[in-house]
Amino acid sequence: MRQQPLTNTQREAQKRQRDLTIRRIAAHSYLWLLLLLLYAPIVLIMVFSFTKSKVFGNWTGFTFALYENLFTGYDRVAHVHVDPNLYHSLFYTLIIALIAATAATLLGTLAAIGIHNMRQKSRTAIQFINSIPMINPDILTGISLFLLFVFLGISRGLTTVIIAHVVFCTPYVVLSVMPRLTKMNPNIYEAALDLGATPFQALRKVMMPELWPGMLSGFILSVTLSIDDFGVTFFTKGSGGLDTLSTFIYADARKGGLTPELRPLFSLIFITMLLLLVYINWRADRQAKQLANKKK
Amino acid sequence: MKLTHIFDSRRTWAWPYVLFLVLFVLLPLLLIFVYAFTDPQGHFTLQNFVTFAHKSEAVNTFIYSIAVALITTIICLLLGYPAAYIMATAELKTPAVMAMLFILPMWINFLLRTIATVELFNMFGIPLGEGALLYGMCYDFLPFMIYPIYNTLQKMDRSLIEAAHDLGANGVQVFTKVILPLSVPGIYSGIIMVFMPTVSTFAIAELLTRNKITLFGSLIQRAFGEGGLQMWNYGAALSLIMLLIIGLTSFFGNNEDNETQAGIL
Repeated sequence: MRQQPLTNTQREAQKRQRDLTIRRIAAHSYLWLLLLLLYAPIVLIMVFSFTKSKVFGNWTGFTFALYENLFTGYDRVAHVHVDPNLYHSLFYTLIIALIAATAATLLGTLAAIGIHNMRQKSRTAIQFINSIPMINPDILTGISLFLLFVFLGISRGLTTVIIAHVVFCTPYVVLSVMPRLTKMNPNIYEAALDLGATPFQALRKVMMPELWPGMLSGFILSVTLSIDDFGVTFFTKGSGGLDTLSTFIYADARKGGLTPELRPLFSLIFITMLLLLVYINWRADRQAKQLANKKK
Repeated sequence: MKLTHIFDSRRTWAWPYVLFLVLFVLLPLLLIFVYAFTDPQGHFTLQNFVTFAHKSEAVNTFIYSIAVALITTIICLLLGYPAAYIMATAELKTPAVMAMLFILPMWINFLLRTIATVELFNMFGIPLGEGALLYGMCYDFLPFMIYPIYNTLQKMDRSLIEAAHDLGANGVQVFTKVILPLSVPGIYSGIIMVFMPTVSTFAIAELLTRNKITLFGSLIQRAFGEGGLQMWNYGAALSLIMLLIIGLTSFFGNNEDNETQAGIL
């Protein structure tokens, strides 16, 4: 990696080694510094989930009270209920994410198969339209759909939010499934049909096993995007009191105080995701080792 | 018999989605155009754009937002490229874990992270001005810069670098003549993925500066949120201007970006 031409003297080699070590340390420190900045606010949320102060950033002693409140929905000390909208918005966040991601996965997979079999011209055209919701910022997707629902006279609520989430999730499903189709042998579907399978059977028994990984990653991506969305939900939820966690936090923050129970809630979500990541990594590691042992 | 025949040609399987795209993507965009060029009574007018051009506050906000988005994008590129480069090339024991560590914060709602950042600034007594805004923006969108660049660098053919070395290129030359050109697609999609959301965001700026700084996204949101029916056409005109910016930006990027975008998780 160094610019000097190689010489065989030991001193040169030693210097090279030392330079490499310094560069490695510098490189690692840089990454860890970025991660430190990235995680600082998250650590803050987690630390302050163990104190009861209403105002975020104000330490009033260690306690599990917020976790207790979160799970019981009731503050025993202050004798008040935890804002029920917190639970409603958590519920709706999950419901919307699951329904929208499922719909997007089905719609997107069928679309990918169709697009794959199209002629070049129509394929390019549809792929272009498919990329619009991905490129469009959430505020524009939200406002354009808002205008559509107003124009069509559809009152906004759960259904319109789900439709809106399907709009920005499906393109990612199409893109996750398409590469799988390209890799697939095009003849096996035809072979299944020739051997007497109905198109539906051929889809289920021949294509699905091949497309499954693409569908899964499209689904996971959709759930992630849906849960994290704010802009699109904001403009399509209407004024009927429907909230997801994003819009709940936004309204809460604008009112001034943030519901303290959000701190333990997101600490738990984060820890769950972290453990999931560790587990997936551990399993992949073990499988790799098993594979290596078998080869021996 | 005819129905199954239609189903046999797999081309038709995309029809439901094509219909869906026309109804929920193309028609809504068309409506932005229609509203932007009409008055509340539905007559054609250019008044909405004239109003925008005459409101110096709105024009200033527009220019200011683009400047903020550009600066954010540049800072993210300067900070993110080295990180992606290190992850892709240095012998980390677990590069995949490192990449995941940069994605993981996105699982905490970005509004809540933004609020936590505000608290962090409060704790250290840092005023919530432009600096806080830029910091918060970079903080929120840095992973979107790192990931696509990391992806392209990782897919890069290593033998090209070795070949360049063997042919006598020094470290700097290898970087500027081989690695950098090869990572351009990743840089493109990173720039697009950071610039687009920063130029259009409204919630982040409102929370980060406690409404002290207004961005173009907030102007649009207010036109629809607080302005009432009379303001919708003006809001649509502002949306159309933003759509134009987005269209121009993505025009300069290439179509390959979509794949890197989908690869973010």
